[in-house]
Amino acid sequence: MTTPTLAVWKFASCDGCQLTLLDCEDELLALTKQVRIAHFLEASSEVLPGPYDVSLVEGSITTKADLRRIREVRAQSKVLVTIGACATSGGIQALRNFADVTEFTSVVYANPQYIDTLETSTPIAAHVPVDHELHGCPIDRGQLLGTITALLAGRKPDLPDTSVCTECKRRGLTCLLVAEDTPCLGPVTRAGCGALCPGVHRGCFGCFGPMAKPNTPVLIPLLRSRGMSEDAVDRVFSTFTVAETRREER
Amino acid sequence: MSHRSRQLKVSSLARVEGEGALHVRIADGTVERVELNIYEPPRFFEAFLRGRAHTEPPDITARICGICPVAYQTSACNAIEQACGVTLDAQLADVRRLLYCGEWISSHSLHIYLLHAPDFLGHPDAISLATRHREVVERGLALKKAGNTLLETFGGRAIHPVNVRVGGFYSLPTRAELAPLAETLRRALDIALDTVRWTAGFEFPDLELDHDFLAAYEPGRYAIADGTLRTTSGSAFPPREFSAHVVESQVPHSTALHASLDGHRYLTGPLARYTLNSAQLSPTARQVATEAGLGDQCRNPFRSILVRGVELVYAVEEALRLIDGYEQPSRPFVDVPARAGVGHGISEAPRGTLYHRYELDDGGLIRAADIVPPTSQNQAAIEDDLRRVVSGNLDLDDAALTGLCERTIRNYDPCISCSAHFLDVTWEHR
Repeated sequence: MTTPTLAVWKFASCDGCQLTLLDCEDELLALTKQVRIAHFLEASSEVLPGPYDVSLVEGSITTKADLRRIREVRAQSKVLVTIGACATSGGIQALRNFADVTEFTSVVYANPQYIDTLETSTPIAAHVPVDHELHGCPIDRGQLLGTITALLAGRKPDLPDTSVCTECKRRGLTCLLVAEDTPCLGPVTRAGCGALCPGVHRGCFGCFGPMAKPNTPVLIPLLRSRGMSEDAVDRVFSTFTVAETRREER
Repeated sequence: MSHRSRQLKVSSLARVEGEGALHVRIADGTVERVELNIYEPPRFFEAFLRGRAHTEPPDITARICGICPVAYQTSACNAIEQACGVTLDAQLADVRRLLYCGEWISSHSLHIYLLHAPDFLGHPDAISLATRHREVVERGLALKKAGNTLLETFGGRAIHPVNVRVGGFYSLPTRAELAPLAETLRRALDIALDTVRWTAGFEFPDLELDHDFLAAYEPGRYAIADGTLRTTSGSAFPPREFSAHVVESQVPHSTALHASLDGHRYLTGPLARYTLNSAQLSPTARQVATEAGLGDQCRNPFRSILVRGVELVYAVEEALRLIDGYEQPSRPFVDVPARAGVGHGISEAPRGTLYHRYELDDGGLIRAADIVPPTSQNQAAIEDDLRRVVSGNLDLDDAALTGLCERTIRNYDPCISCSAHFLDVTWEHR
């Protein structure tokens, strides 16, 4: 049997999700015995030609060139896994979708005519079929390893669609929303991080995006009654998965 | 040789953080033009920060860069706290510096072992390096993990830490909880020292820079998480005067803005910090620097791997020192009530000085934001290095010269996703 190949691709993003692969310090060398890293520019100047067994795709689509490139990546990939909030929902840069991108460009650049950008930042699944999605800003290392392991074993990755509350309860943390009146998006946010924020005594701010069927209308009055202004509620739902969150609201 | 036409293309410069391209034009044996194209797609952070609350920039701007999020969080906090007239007490400021040491350890060991060392040893990557020298790569990964453990202990997460807030932290560990971390760091100190001795045996191409150097300065300690600014040309100014000295301009070939300092190209990062502040390093770090053949300055960018190693030693030692003096603060943050104002914040990201400026309205909403990352400051200097490297090595064949150019760029650990990633090297000989 030949060693399966793994490719890592970057679109508009911060590099944090692909860095998560290099952050698997204890597993990285063992992993490279199981898969051949065939394309991973951040880590290697060796690039092997496709097709690739598994592609990990980071980042969102924001330029015409990237629109073409994601189709090429899909064509070369047997299994395509999107990694992170940018790739799964458009990322924080999707705030442009609700603004005037020409005005945005003029704020940052003196000569906007040199800048080639689309009016929207969109997830990979808006353009090509995606096999699995890892959520989070950034993704969780355990979920990444679990997914690669599952794909190597030929089974479906076990990815939760429940809320952060389930992880919080499993850790035995006191509910910040109920016990301390701290605003928390845990009840509507997809599990996966291991309830990191409640673990440091901070309300969840939703960086894994909405869970399946979030009951946001019930949560909003609870946030308001704990001191969040209407604007603050709007802002907290308009961050790393803004395009997805606003779609859920409609 | 004259009028010889050569076309060289490298479709991707690897082992850098981000996407860009290099365009070199040589005519009649003279380098006519060197352009480092950064075509990382723009994400418009400075535009969408407008209208956000003054509490949000640490979380939002962290997302500019997954490699150095603590730098973004720290510069943002420094700027907003200044705008709101709040100063952290020494205890909390020390914890901020301690967290930042974690990012230096993690980022420097990533660059030394996984991105830079393969260049010196003729390997395409650390995985290939591990087939010959597994213990070396394992050592590098252990060091990187020590940095990430520190980041997780105080930041809650290594990439995009969740525990940082304007005014301090959401919660902080007890002193007793830090015992395992201190043990990990004590082992990491030995690895960091071995790292410098190992890289000291590499062969370094000759190149001496005459760029002006810019770095943060703090009295009494090697500046990391705060400071004022100093240059090797003798300027000294506070963060609030940054924009009077550093001017960003746009060039057609890049989505990163090019910065100049008082009208000239300059360099920020490990070489600049070391050259300006090496006297403030710890005795152990200074001693291993001397062992490695470094003087009190370093102007050869290929030797930046040594300087990063020395900074690694320092960051591990400094983290141990700060943990040794750590007591859990009675409160993990100070209140930062919003007010109208302008604040400027700097800190030393692993790649160089990172400047943030925010203008707040009286409700604390951001009216304007300005962020100057290290790589856009360094871009002109990198292009100048490339020009020199190409000019001095025109006798090399295309593949060798291309390889040398890629190494020249990697010397700077450029974080292209920061500046606005993947380098495409295009050669044009006429």
